[in-house]
Amino acid sequence: MLAYSIRRLITALLTLFLGVSLTFFVIRLAPGDPTDRFLTPSMSPKVKAAITEKLGLNEPLPIQYMTWVKNVIIDFDFGDSFANGRKASTVIMDALPYTLLLSTLSLLFGLLLGTVSGVYSALRVGTPVDRAITSILMFFYSVPSFWLGLILLGIFSIELNWLPGSQITSIFHERLSFFGKIGDYAAHLILPVLTLGLTTAPVYGRFVRSSMVEVLNSDFIVSARARGLSERKIVFNYGLRNALLPLISILGTSFPALFSGAVIVEVIYSLPGMGRVMVDAALGRDYPIIMAASAVAFVAVIIGNFLADIGYAVADPRVRLGDSS
Amino acid sequence: MNAFKNLISQLWKSPSGRIGLILVALFSLLALGAPLLSPYDPIKQNLLLKSSPPSISHLFGTDLFGRDILSRLLYGARVSMGIGLGSAFLAVFLGSAVGLSAGFLRGGIDTFLMRIVDLLLGFPKFFILLLVVGLGSPSIWLTATVLGALSWMEIARVVRGEVVLIREMNYVKAATALGLSPMNIAMRYVLPNVSGSIIVSATLLVGTMILVEASLSYLGFGVQPPDASWGTIMNQGRIDPLGTWWISASAGSAIFLSLIGFNLLGDSLRDVLDPRTENSQS
Repeated sequence: MLAYSIRRLITALLTLFLGVSLTFFVIRLAPGDPTDRFLTPSMSPKVKAAITEKLGLNEPLPIQYMTWVKNVIIDFDFGDSFANGRKASTVIMDALPYTLLLSTLSLLFGLLLGTVSGVYSALRVGTPVDRAITSILMFFYSVPSFWLGLILLGIFSIELNWLPGSQITSIFHERLSFFGKIGDYAAHLILPVLTLGLTTAPVYGRFVRSSMVEVLNSDFIVSARARGLSERKIVFNYGLRNALLPLISILGTSFPALFSGAVIVEVIYSLPGMGRVMVDAALGRDYPIIMAASAVAFVAVIIGNFLADIGYAVADPRVRLGDSS
Repeated sequence: MNAFKNLISQLWKSPSGRIGLILVALFSLLALGAPLLSPYDPIKQNLLLKSSPPSISHLFGTDLFGRDILSRLLYGARVSMGIGLGSAFLAVFLGSAVGLSAGFLRGGIDTFLMRIVDLLLGFPKFFILLLVVGLGSPSIWLTATVLGALSWMEIARVVRGEVVLIREMNYVKAATALGLSPMNIAMRYVLPNVSGSIIVSATLLVGTMILVEASLSYLGFGVQPPDASWGTIMNQGRIDPLGTWWISASAGSAIFLSLIGFNLLGDSLRDVLDPRTENSQS
C-alpha cells in the first residue's frame, strides 16, 4: 500500500511536471503575440520591443522556461497577468472557488438524479417506465450543455424573469443580510447547476442502470430470493451495494468532463469562474494566467484519478492496489 | 458483406437501433449532398436580410450577416461530421494499436504503454484543446488531428483489457503451437475478437467528438471562416437568445439529433455485438 502510494505520487508529480512544461512550450510556439493587446498601428516598433522586454519575452525560450520553473518552485510565483498586472495566482484563486462550487453542486445533483433514476429504471427493467426513463436519460445524454443552458436561460431568465441569468450576485448584493446573500448566490446558481447537473446525470444514470440490472440477475441475488429474503433487503443490502461500487471508479475519471462542462456553463451564465479566466487568457495570449490555470487543471484531474483509485480500493476489499493486472 | 447485412438487420430490430441508423444515414447523406441540397451559397452575405426569422424563402431563417442558415447547416454538417469521423478514426486507430500491442505482447512493453496511457489520462483534455485549437487558428484537419490524438487512451484500455483475456484462449495457444508469427496471430485471431468493442467505442466516440468540437466552436475557438461547424453557427445565436431564437434552435437541433443518432447506434451496436451486456437489454 505504501509502495503503491509512493509510486502513485511520483507518477502524479511527473504528469504535472511534464504536462505543465508541455503547455509552456505549446502556447509559446503557437501563433499570436501577447504584446498585440498593448499596441496600436501608430506605435513605433521600439514600443513593441520595449514591452516585449518588459514582459520577459525577449529571452530565448529555454531561459524563459527555466525562469518560470524557478519562480514557481521557489516562490510559488506564477507571474503577473499581461492583461491587468494582477498576480496570476490571485486571479486563479479568485475564480477557482466559483468553479469548485458549481462543479460540486452539479456533481451532487447529477449523481443523485442519475443514481435514483438508474436504480428505479433497473428495478422495472423492460416496462414502459424503464423505457421512458432510458429515453429521458438518452435525451439529456445527447443534448449539448451550451444549448440546454441557452434554452433554460431564455425561458426562466429572459422570458419569465424568474431567475437571474448572469453573474453570481445581484447589483444590490452588498446591502443584503447574511442569509439574503446566501439566497442571492443560490438564485444565481440554480440555472447553471441545473444545466450542468442535467447533462451529467445521464452519465451516472446509464451506468447505474446497467450495473444494477447485471447485479440483480446474478446468482447471489437469485439465491437470496430463493431463501425468501424481503425484496427491500435484496435491493438495498445486496443489490445497491454491489451495483454502486463500480460507480466510484467512473466518478473520479468524470472530474475532467465536469471541469470542462463547468467552463462552458460559466461562459453561458457569465459566472466569474475558471471558465471565463481560461477563455479570456487563451484569447489574449495571457501566458502567466494560462500557465497557472493549466497547473490547476492538471492538479484537478490528477486528484480526481487518485480519489477514484483510493475510493475503489476502500469500497472493494478484493481490489489490491498496485496489482498490475 | 453478408455479415454487414446481418448486422444491419439485427440493429433494425430494436427501435433505438432503427432511429440511430436512420439519423446517422440521414446526416451522412445531408453532409455528402450539401452542394446539391443547399438553396443558397452558405458564405454569401446579404445584409438586407440580416437576422430574418424562418420564412418560405429561408426555411431556417438567416444569421446576423443575412446568410441562409439551412445552407450553412448543410455545409456545417461536412465540417462537424468530418471532424467527428476523422478524429474518432484516428483515436480508434491509435487506441487499437496501443491496446493490441500492450495486451498481446505483455511484459515491459505493456507496462511502458500503459504508463503512457495513465500519464495522458491525467491531462486536462478540454483545456489543452482550448489552448491548441484556440491559439492555433486551426484548420479542419488540425482540429480533427488534435481531438483524435487526445482521445485514444480509453480505447487503448478497453482493447488491452480484452486482448489480455483472449491471448489466454486455447485457439491462440494452438496458433502459437502451430508456429504462426505473433503478428499473424494478433491480426488474424485476436483483432477480429475485439472488433466488436472497437466498433462500439468508435461509434460512441464520433458523437463525443462532434460535441467537443461544437463546444469549442461555440466558445469561439473553432475552425476558422469561411469554414463553419454547427458550433460556429450556433455561436451567433448567443448574442440575442430569444430575438434570434432560430439560429440556436436550428444549429442546436442539428448537433443534438446527430448526437442522438450516434449514441443510439453505439448503444444498439453494443447490445448486438457484445453478448456480455445481454442482461441490460430491455
